[in-house]
Amino acid sequence: MSVLPAYAGMEDDPLITKLMLGKFEVGNLKGTNPIAWESSAWIGKDINKLYLKFDGERVNGKNQGTESQLLLSHAISAFWDVQGGIRHDTVPGASRDYATIGVQGVAPYFFETDASLSFGKNNQVKLNTSFEYEMMLTQKWVLSPELGLNIYAKDDEKMGVGSGLSDVEAGLRLRYEVAREFAPYIGINWGKKFGGSADFATAEGEDTSETMLVVGVRAWY
Amino acid sequence: MKTTNREKKGVLTAPENNIGLSMSNKTRRTFVKGLAAGGAVATLGLSGCSTSATTSPMAKSKGSTMSMKASKEPELSGKVFDLTIDEQRVNFTGKPRIATAINGTVPAPTLRWKEGETVTLRVKNNLSVDSSIHWHGLILPNGMDGVPGLTYDGIKPGETFVYKFPLIQSGTYWYHSHSGFQEQTGMHGVIVIEPKDAYPFKFDREYVVSLSDWSDEDPDRIYAKLKKLSHYYNFNERTLGDLIKQIKKTGLKSTMNDREMWNEMRMSQRDLSDVTGHTYTYLMNGETPREGWRGLFKEGEKILLRFANTSAMSFFDVRIPGLKMTVVSSDGQYIKPVTVDEFRIGVAETYDVIVEPDVDNAYTIFAQSLGRSGYARGTLAPDERLMAKVPSLDPVPNLTHIDMGMDMSSMSGMDHSGMDMGGGSMAGMDHSKMNMSGGDSMAGGMDCSDPMHASMDACKSKAKPKMSGMDHSKMDMGNMSGGMDCSDPMHASMDACKNKAKPSMASMDHSKMAMGGVKNSAMDITRVKHAATEYGPHIDMRAEAPLLRLDDPGIGLRNNGRKVLTYADIKNLYPTIDKRPPSREIELHLTGNMARYMWSINGVKYADAKPIELKFGERVRIVLINDTMMSHPIHMHGMWSELESGDNDYLPRKHTIVVQPGAKISYLVTADAKGRWAYHCHLLFHMGGMFREIKVV
Repeated sequence: MSVLPAYAGMEDDPLITKLMLGKFEVGNLKGTNPIAWESSAWIGKDINKLYLKFDGERVNGKNQGTESQLLLSHAISAFWDVQGGIRHDTVPGASRDYATIGVQGVAPYFFETDASLSFGKNNQVKLNTSFEYEMMLTQKWVLSPELGLNIYAKDDEKMGVGSGLSDVEAGLRLRYEVAREFAPYIGINWGKKFGGSADFATAEGEDTSETMLVVGVRAWY
Repeated sequence: MKTTNREKKGVLTAPENNIGLSMSNKTRRTFVKGLAAGGAVATLGLSGCSTSATTSPMAKSKGSTMSMKASKEPELSGKVFDLTIDEQRVNFTGKPRIATAINGTVPAPTLRWKEGETVTLRVKNNLSVDSSIHWHGLILPNGMDGVPGLTYDGIKPGETFVYKFPLIQSGTYWYHSHSGFQEQTGMHGVIVIEPKDAYPFKFDREYVVSLSDWSDEDPDRIYAKLKKLSHYYNFNERTLGDLIKQIKKTGLKSTMNDREMWNEMRMSQRDLSDVTGHTYTYLMNGETPREGWRGLFKEGEKILLRFANTSAMSFFDVRIPGLKMTVVSSDGQYIKPVTVDEFRIGVAETYDVIVEPDVDNAYTIFAQSLGRSGYARGTLAPDERLMAKVPSLDPVPNLTHIDMGMDMSSMSGMDHSGMDMGGGSMAGMDHSKMNMSGGDSMAGGMDCSDPMHASMDACKSKAKPKMSGMDHSKMDMGNMSGGMDCSDPMHASMDACKNKAKPSMASMDHSKMAMGGVKNSAMDITRVKHAATEYGPHIDMRAEAPLLRLDDPGIGLRNNGRKVLTYADIKNLYPTIDKRPPSREIELHLTGNMARYMWSINGVKYADAKPIELKFGERVRIVLINDTMMSHPIHMHGMWSELESGDNDYLPRKHTIVVQPGAKISYLVTADAKGRWAYHCHLLFHMGGMFREIKVV
């Protein structure tokens, strides 16, 4: 007699993969129309997963900034996973590698949270956070405000970041779930740089704050 | 098509003063209603002929003809059967799909046996994967129970397994695959075992009424979707519109307070059903709701309807508008007859009911899903051309604090002040000085001569009080006006919910009332302990003070203006056989994490769990505590679960016991069958984890 689960072929914790395109949008910004994306893929089971995260922004066919992470994710409580691994950030002409550890999950009142602490060369430490809320206007229309802020321990001129609060981004997106897995959306995105980051931007002849309308698609499988 | 509308008895509708229930949403997405032609289609050729069994003609083979005949399900009777398991093309929704079918039909043929005879079933597996058949609710030798990994190795592809066992019981049961998700893809059917003695009731005609759920999706995909987004199939969530309505009625502060617990626990008040009409077509005897199943009757006939919930994931609330139902059997066993308007049938349960339809009418048999996302339906009529009006789905209910197993005895800070408490003007009622704290026991002792209290169940019957040890002392009840949540069983018995009478409770001073403690086992509040294994990422809640709610009809059926069957109504027709008290108690917690879609018992999933060992011959009490927000139908193979429904001398014998959210329930088991037996939640997608082996040695 075998000792397999009593259901021949029913595994309660199967190996699953999920591909997620949280954002894939184009913004109207002074004719540059930047494309931005947030994507992730994971493979794993209930408690442990391997995550790949890839976010970025692209203007005129060139990447303005990307963030890539390879993480091991471990469920530590009902609503939180702790995630640790490596991170690779790029801007035109420079890149940085970090060891990173963070948490991802849902805080009370349904605030979806992603926060990580990354450690790089020259004692650089940075905190990246993002918070998102989903308000169901109807069963299919979802209004999603979000807020993200990044803090750096040290200046890093090549990366265009100054120590302290570096930048804040806020957005409001309205999506329509054609299907659970596919939802086009429109929204507004606002971003502002502070302190040293603002100085570096100004020195490059860039704006320190921008507001734009975005239109995009959110999809997963 | 001629239809009749002469429902003099009328369709019973839910009262409108329940703000706890959302109003029927006109834009609610219609569930998968099914093909006009209904039912399974075009068999690829019936395989396997029975030798000494008779086969009724298959009435479902007709392509696109609008079949108006009474549906006749395939039925096999006799003592020796040849059954085959094959892939079978079906089409319930307009999209052809491949099902796993027994003898070529979905549902499988009804098997009609006779108590006292020995049946032999030669089951050939023509699939390319392992399969099995389990005879649900039957007392038989362990080796015949059909559970791969526990009682045998299953039936390998191409092989035949011969089941042979004597029938020592009669009644309505069912059979299904116990392999993978084959039950979801069509391997289920009903068993009718005719009694050797006369029936203890009269009837002139009988029909099997099986209720099932069909999805065009591959169940492996459904399961993966639940893992990736557990509320994937829930399209009845509370939205901004509900929020605005509630704020308008009760104010912002009160709304925030009301929703506070759910927000902090990150749980949805509408988490009623994991898989819904978004993907399911609900079938009655294999017929889709578009036409539904049809049964005929003649004047003056008493009809026995054998309801069986053969679905994978769906609870059904069954009623026949215009017709009362007398429930005479539960899980195949006779019970003291009880007449109701409606009953909830959990996955794997069966109920036999007798109805006496009026020959001037046609009736709709309406089986709506618990989640209110769809229904299965049938017609009882004197003529096959007649159909009756189909009621609308009831409003979607909201889960309450009771369903969370909250400890209600210390509800400090609960601000009723802004809450819309419909019906009664309780302004100025000062409960602040009331000493109603009763600790573990129920605080009651209300003055029943007071008309305010006379309507409360605590006064009407000592057996069914609804006031738990609720600490009103900290409640600010200063500004209460209308709109009490009548769907909350705590309030269901109060006059304000029962009728529109508006007692004026202005300036009633409860401060001098001595409210002693009244212990009552029916509303026993116990604060439970939770095992260490119940803490961790795989658990999202623990019921603090689960209640024994035998008389609770369940979420969505409370106070709906109809008489709904409850477990408290179910008593064995015959006396309890084994009168020994239990020698020990085994407490088991049904646990899980909805968002991660992980399910377990005591926080331990089946793969990590040791068997529960019972000594052959011993009598034990099993206490189930539901630490989740869903109802779980818990099924023990091989032995009867004698439900402690209120009368120890007449304990009903069941095979499947539904434990409501945040509730506790208990039953007695005589371990009179040796072997390794399966014991699990019968919601198919919970079975992987919420499962134990019971080893009787």
